[in-house]
Amino acid sequence: MNLTLKVWRQSSPNATGRIETYEARDIPGEASFLEMLDIVNTGIIEAGGEPIHFDHDCREGICGSCSLAINGVPHSRENGITTCQVHMRKFREGDTIWIEPFRARAFPVIKDLMVDRSAFDRIIAAGGFIDVRTGSAPEANAIAIGKEDADEAFDAATCIGCGACVAACKNASAMLFVGAKAAHLNILPQGHPEKDKRVLAMVRQMDAEGFGNCTNQYECEAVCPKEISADVIAKLNRDYAAAVVREAVE
Amino acid sequence: MNALGKTLCRFWASSIGKKLVVAITGVMLVGFLLGHMTGNLLVYQGREDLNDYAYFLHHFLHGWGIWLARFGIIAAFVLHIIATISLTRQNRAARSSQYACETTVQASPSSRLMIWSGLTVIAFVIFHLFHFTVRVDPALASLKDPADPSRHDVYGMLIAGFQNPLIVLFYLVSITLLCSHLSHGIASIFQTLGLRTEKTRVPIERLGLAISVLLWIGFLSIPLLIVTGVLTDTEVTSMATPAVLSEPNP
Amino acid sequence: MASEDSSSNIPDGSLNSAVPPGPLPDKWTNYKAKAKLINPSNKRKYSVIVVGSGLAGGAAAATLSELGYQVNCFCYQDSPRRAHSIAAQGGINGAKNYQNDGDSVWRLFYDTIKGGDFRSREANVHRLAEISLQIIDQCVAQGVPFAREYGGALANRSFGGAQVSRTFYARGQTGQQLLLGCYQALEKEIAKGGVTMHTRTEMLDLVVVDGHAKGIVVRDLVTGEIRSHAADTVILATGGYGNVFFLSTNAMGCNVTAALRANKRGAFMANPCFTQIHPTCIPVSGDYQSKLTLMSESLRNDGRIWVPKSADDASKIRSGQLKATDIPEEARDYFLERKYPSFGNLAPRDISSRSAKEACDEGRGVAKTGLGVFLDFSDAINRLGVETIKARYGNLFQMYEKITGEDPYELPMKIYPAVHYTMGGLWVDYNLMSNVPGLHVLGEANFSDHGANRLGASALMQGLADGYFVIPATLPNYLAGQKPGGVKTDAPEFRQVEAEVKERIAKLMAVGGTRSVDSFHRELGMLVWDKCGMGRTKEGLEEALAKIPQIREEFWKNVRVPGSADGTNMELEKAWRVADFIDFAEIMCHDALAREESCGGHFREEYQFTAEDEEVKNGYTNPGEAMRRDDEFCYVSAWEFKGPGVPPVLHKEPLVYEAVELSVRSYK
Repeated sequence: MNLTLKVWRQSSPNATGRIETYEARDIPGEASFLEMLDIVNTGIIEAGGEPIHFDHDCREGICGSCSLAINGVPHSRENGITTCQVHMRKFREGDTIWIEPFRARAFPVIKDLMVDRSAFDRIIAAGGFIDVRTGSAPEANAIAIGKEDADEAFDAATCIGCGACVAACKNASAMLFVGAKAAHLNILPQGHPEKDKRVLAMVRQMDAEGFGNCTNQYECEAVCPKEISADVIAKLNRDYAAAVVREAVE
Repeated sequence: MNALGKTLCRFWASSIGKKLVVAITGVMLVGFLLGHMTGNLLVYQGREDLNDYAYFLHHFLHGWGIWLARFGIIAAFVLHIIATISLTRQNRAARSSQYACETTVQASPSSRLMIWSGLTVIAFVIFHLFHFTVRVDPALASLKDPADPSRHDVYGMLIAGFQNPLIVLFYLVSITLLCSHLSHGIASIFQTLGLRTEKTRVPIERLGLAISVLLWIGFLSIPLLIVTGVLTDTEVTSMATPAVLSEPNP
Repeated sequence: MASEDSSSNIPDGSLNSAVPPGPLPDKWTNYKAKAKLINPSNKRKYSVIVVGSGLAGGAAAATLSELGYQVNCFCYQDSPRRAHSIAAQGGINGAKNYQNDGDSVWRLFYDTIKGGDFRSREANVHRLAEISLQIIDQCVAQGVPFAREYGGALANRSFGGAQVSRTFYARGQTGQQLLLGCYQALEKEIAKGGVTMHTRTEMLDLVVVDGHAKGIVVRDLVTGEIRSHAADTVILATGGYGNVFFLSTNAMGCNVTAALRANKRGAFMANPCFTQIHPTCIPVSGDYQSKLTLMSESLRNDGRIWVPKSADDASKIRSGQLKATDIPEEARDYFLERKYPSFGNLAPRDISSRSAKEACDEGRGVAKTGLGVFLDFSDAINRLGVETIKARYGNLFQMYEKITGEDPYELPMKIYPAVHYTMGGLWVDYNLMSNVPGLHVLGEANFSDHGANRLGASALMQGLADGYFVIPATLPNYLAGQKPGGVKTDAPEFRQVEAEVKERIAKLMAVGGTRSVDSFHRELGMLVWDKCGMGRTKEGLEEALAKIPQIREEFWKNVRVPGSADGTNMELEKAWRVADFIDFAEIMCHDALAREESCGGHFREEYQFTAEDEEVKNGYTNPGEAMRRDDEFCYVSAWEFKGPGVPPVLHKEPLVYEAVELSVRSYK
């Protein structure tokens, strides 16, 4: 099939970007979206140009590297998939596709469609962990964890840190990301001792990174490739309020 | 500053803290609206009941009651506005660049209008206060209860105040936007207070919608029935009362 | 300098595995009891470079920082959380015996040795099995949400090559959950200041000073800057080399550069011909294809694998004249069930893969390219109902449909083997130190634990064992003999390597040819897949060894690297990696040619059982099965780089089995 691409090109972090138009010719329907870009890039390279840069790695939907907004929607309108899992058969002959980087002040563009998501790492470093020294762990079955709790923690833990939640949010809020990690660790008994400290520190770091606030539109859960529910945001709000109250009175 | 002060400052400075303020003041404002509407509906019971109710409000706790309530409502209202405007400014900054292809997946129209519906409501509230509370129109201010001329005739004021179709149209637009604001806002209160879960998600959305519709019908039925002539002031029909704000009664 | 135990860098090239003395089950305990220690106030004076942030590298960096060392950790991805360990699906083995089904450290050790077709080092494997217990404890404490029973205890499942249930899992995302646990521990240490993380930074060369690995030269993938980093020791945890085949289940960025550069600086490359081919991947659909997707092996529990009996039917399926459902039962060949009646569709990975290849070589393949076999669930659906199948494999079926556009509930899936894991890697001794003192190698990047074939759910175990528990205990053995901070980046060796790196980049940028980097990678990949893939012959390997230099020559004459080296340039990154893959492919083929036997993932067609062999006659194995030649090849091949264009030199570490008896692997 033949397509028209409107692609964001930006040569470096401080350069001014612009949308450029490319024709994608003879794209097989079986190709993935990123393979379509590979084909276009091969054409660009052979014509003496610089290929379109984009982040990608595992190409099976788990590493969280790929980060394109396709027609204004991070990853895809289809539920539960990343950009690398979008296949070209979903498009029609002659379609025009807009391809842009994830947009957020906290995710500055590095080049073309690549953005810097290291803010997420710093949020995890602030408190997204259970502080246990290697070797100091008790016997694995010493603490029983009910299946429901384990499953709920797991649902939150599936986050791949891709940043689609931020990119989809008109406020560029990272609440789904932070909520997912806080829920994962706060639900498990191993994570209880640091619960208050964790949410206070993670939220403080989130704010410091320049992410926006949640206005409960749930665009984040609609594009989350792991279909994490915005219920984790409610839980984060609750845990945060409880932590503030405890911090204030204790 | 003491430790508690520090905690409160950090709370207000944080994204979730401000949102909790918005949610708690939101609860107060919704409660006020429900009470206000219930009181208004006494208009259908007739002049005596409505005027009795107004008299009660003004003399509850020797007249202190209404001022306590007014102070509380104004404080909630102001906090609600300060916090939301501050959050909105942060949100705009967090998403400094926009998508060339801007779209949404599941955000409701009312959720996207929150700041605009909110700002309209502020304008409306100011108008409404001048209209019926301060009563800048001497024709409305001077109305006396025919049964007890020592007290103000709220019933007559309503009938007179809604004779102008332009005023009714303004009320219609404003209350509709208010209810749009609430249809997103009420459900958001539960989310921000951390009460939204997988089980409560649907009931909460329905509750928000139901309260909004109830308020819309309750508030708007009065001006609409008055302007269409269904609800009239039988005791003063003989008097010519073109009670319009801009046109003082001769 | 180094202690007696780790004096493996012997000038004449012979290899000392530094395995501690004593009975096998006591070796690790005794080792730890006698190992050197560094006192806590001195630890912070030592600096460590860790390259790679997957399970092995991330675990090592976090743990060494907890112990007090100054750690610098490097990864090419934008975050350590994206290392390819994240993609492992199945699970992690741990000999906990929670199921009370007779598991033990010994049994896990034995299964791993047998699964590896008796080509791994006994002492290392036993240590791995011992540590498997602590790993599970550690991960649970970190908050890894392993599957649980209703009562709250950890759940287990069984996996290929074992008769007990010892695999811990987190749905189909075990690797992700383990890596996130490890990544969180790493971020915690970054916040505390013990680890300095360098993301989007790729190691391009190793710096050896006075015979010791003392630093690396890296390229900042954002600015293009070439930088040196010095440390008291270097740890490589850079994963495997599966992408030498171009198409594999590895991530696009996985590469052999760090290991190959170390090899060129003196470290020996061990058993590079041992590569694992996974039987259940989605077949290639066209030239544009960039990577292969693995479908969990668990599908083989209920799916039946078949191809048409006649090549004619197969060709009609390929051209679309016939559908799978048009082929009557009697015209189908359920080849695994036919050849391995007792294991059937659950035969080990290498055997299943090879059988599929044979069927396709006979012209009976069913995918458009001719390379694919059916994995059919219709019997299971008829027997158990669609709902049960959906509950068991729903997400896998969905994934398959998304990729191929075909509904596996209606038509059988098509699968084909793909490169998945590489057992070979840099040679290391018991301390996980290579023959270059100070250079330690962990995880998939080393060769040590899986022999010629890796069992399912063992890769995660090894990565974490190396990172969390082995290297923290063995590193002081080397460091105790070193003066902390003895080498700085101002040493002439750093200047020299930096200059070489810059020169090579300039050379790549200057070629200015007409062909894309990918086209060379694809050409190389197809060659090695053909000649050094599932089946290998002397002729084929010699042919490959003749062709690889031609590819290299063409590459350096005609590759096109657009853009500039000062800034982000993904084509330049790829070009550097592909140039190294070309050099590595040569070593791999040399190894495959030299190993004149079949074992595990290495199948030399000349060495297979025939109807004449005793083992076949007495019913122990089938004609066509791999024939190991223990009398001649029971050793680790370790290859020394001798210069560009010069064949590498083979060194042998004999494998001595004291605790187990070598036997023919039979899954009949």
